Amino acid sequence: MPPLLVEIKHLVKSYTRGDQKVPVLHDISLEINRGDFIALMGPSGSGKSTLLNLIAGIDKPDGGILTVDGEDITQLSEGELADWRASNIGFIFQFYNLMPVLTAFENVELPLQLTNLSRAERRQRVEMTLSLVGLADRMEHYPNELSGGQQQRVAIARAIVTDPTILVCDEPTGDLDKQSASDVLGMLKRLNEEMGKTIIMVTHDAHAAEAARRIVHLEKGELINDAATA
Amino acid sequence: MRRLPDVYYLKLIFKNVFRAKLRSSLTIIGLIIAIVAFGLLQTVVDAWFAGSNAASASRLVTRNAISLVFPMPIYYRERMRTVNGVKSVTLLNWFGGVYKEPKNFFPQFAVDHENFFDLYPEFVMPADQLIAFKRDRQGAAVGRKLANEFGWKIGDTIPIRGTIFSGTWTFTLRAIFDAKDDTTITRQMYFHWDYVNEWLKQKYPRRMEQIGTFVIEVDDPSRTADIAKAIDAEFRNSLAETLTETEKSFQLGFISQMEQIILTIRIVSFVVIFIIMAVVANTMAMTARERSTEYATLKALGFGPGFVAALIFGEALMLSLIGGVLGILLTFPLAKGVGIIAAAVFAVFNVSQSTVLMQLACALVVGVVAALVPGWRSARVKIVDGLRHVG
Repeated sequence: MPPLLVEIKHLVKSYTRGDQKVPVLHDISLEINRGDFIALMGPSGSGKSTLLNLIAGIDKPDGGILTVDGEDITQLSEGELADWRASNIGFIFQFYNLMPVLTAFENVELPLQLTNLSRAERRQRVEMTLSLVGLADRMEHYPNELSGGQQQRVAIARAIVTDPTILVCDEPTGDLDKQSASDVLGMLKRLNEEMGKTIIMVTHDAHAAEAARRIVHLEKGELINDAATA
Repeated sequence: MRRLPDVYYLKLIFKNVFRAKLRSSLTIIGLIIAIVAFGLLQTVVDAWFAGSNAASASRLVTRNAISLVFPMPIYYRERMRTVNGVKSVTLLNWFGGVYKEPKNFFPQFAVDHENFFDLYPEFVMPADQLIAFKRDRQGAAVGRKLANEFGWKIGDTIPIRGTIFSGTWTFTLRAIFDAKDDTTITRQMYFHWDYVNEWLKQKYPRRMEQIGTFVIEVDDPSRTADIAKAIDAEFRNSLAETLTETEKSFQLGFISQMEQIILTIRIVSFVVIFIIMAVVANTMAMTARERSTEYATLKALGFGPGFVAALIFGEALMLSLIGGVLGILLTFPLAKGVGIIAAAVFAVFNVSQSTVLMQLACALVVGVVAALVPGWRSARVKIVDGLRHVG
């Protein structure tokens, strides 16, 4: 049995819209093991992105327990949480969120600016990571000189260059054509299977969800199904 | 302890500055215009004070206590010489003539040719020219700037039409003096008071042996206040009581009449800076709003709110410094041009070091103030809100 990585118990989250409090997550409990690849699915407004944001430490719950690798991240201050994210979380967004003024190399180097690595060490690691995602020949290209699929691969390289504990992906194939989406999913699968990366992915796409080992369904802020893929 | 981002950080700021090329270029052009305008207006104010700044600490000026337009008897000089601390006394009288046309205005003074230049070591001229000036009753000495302006050479005849002392006066140029330093004005003309006094003797005998101002050299500049008091005490209750003050105070007395104009110019120069501050602040606010997703992404990756604020401050400062430095560089040739055009008004029109420092300070303040609100807002925005900004 792989060790437990994320433990969620009775998690509650709501947003305030005007004077009204809108509940988003009701009493969610979930366990994610190290090396898992989970797809969070559900209709719009089901709370899947909110759950992902809470696990990634970019939002705070109203109540409940959320521990990652034994650390209760709900108790961390903003500064501590930023440091925690830098070391533990790799982000992959639907619209890639690359810095348009930076080259592919510089974008991947960005999270390494928060480490104590030397320039030479950073260079070595960025080159290795970009080679891993098949973009060794595109290092000096700017995002607007790359296709959507290539941009998402740069984003994947940026997410894994610091060797984080968890990769959180918010609709990583949502803005890609079929072939690019398939390439990106294949890459995530390899990262999970060959490098043991724990991946939590929000998706609407049932085909994308098939890449995961487990699919968790949410509806109206409640966990309604948690099952392994075939 | 994290390593501080260095060259990478600067590169990111520099690339961001020129991301929206048109907007950045227009903002920089605005900054250049504002900094140049500020520099020129400050130089106008400096030019007004040029005379007083060049004033000597060891010279006093005595005039009639009622008003400068009333003269004093020439014999006062002998009594002044007896006052303890007075080293020497010379004469200076405003002439107010016109050379060919009124637009050719420049100051002319009738002076005691024997010792006037002894009291003004800041005027430098060849010894033979000084001797020639002293020997010729109709001789004149002019500053280099004035001689260059009208193309005068030694030996030239200069006709001046008198307004206070009527008729056409003819002088022969015997000496051209240079300035010892940049602050000294060399756009004026000096000639013999004896020549004018002789004319008064013939035409208006009641006005002869009268002088507008005495210039006094003291032996100890730290005692000027006491010596000035002693001189004025000497002539108390006489027909023409005196007012003695330092040369600087005397010069500032003229400027104080234009105090409101100078104040207005100063205010306008700062209003210009305030306007460009609003323009740059607007540019930075637009920039920050457009990049809210990027800032949220940076925060998600682990960069703190301070880093995001520093990016905005860095960009605003770089933008304002580029505009500021270009503006400062452009001020010098433009000031030279203005100096030539306004030579009749401002004898000295040089961009001072303090003006350059003020221009630089203004550019920095514009950058910092313009980044305050967008920097603060971007640092505080929640990551999820920033990320939601996408599509």
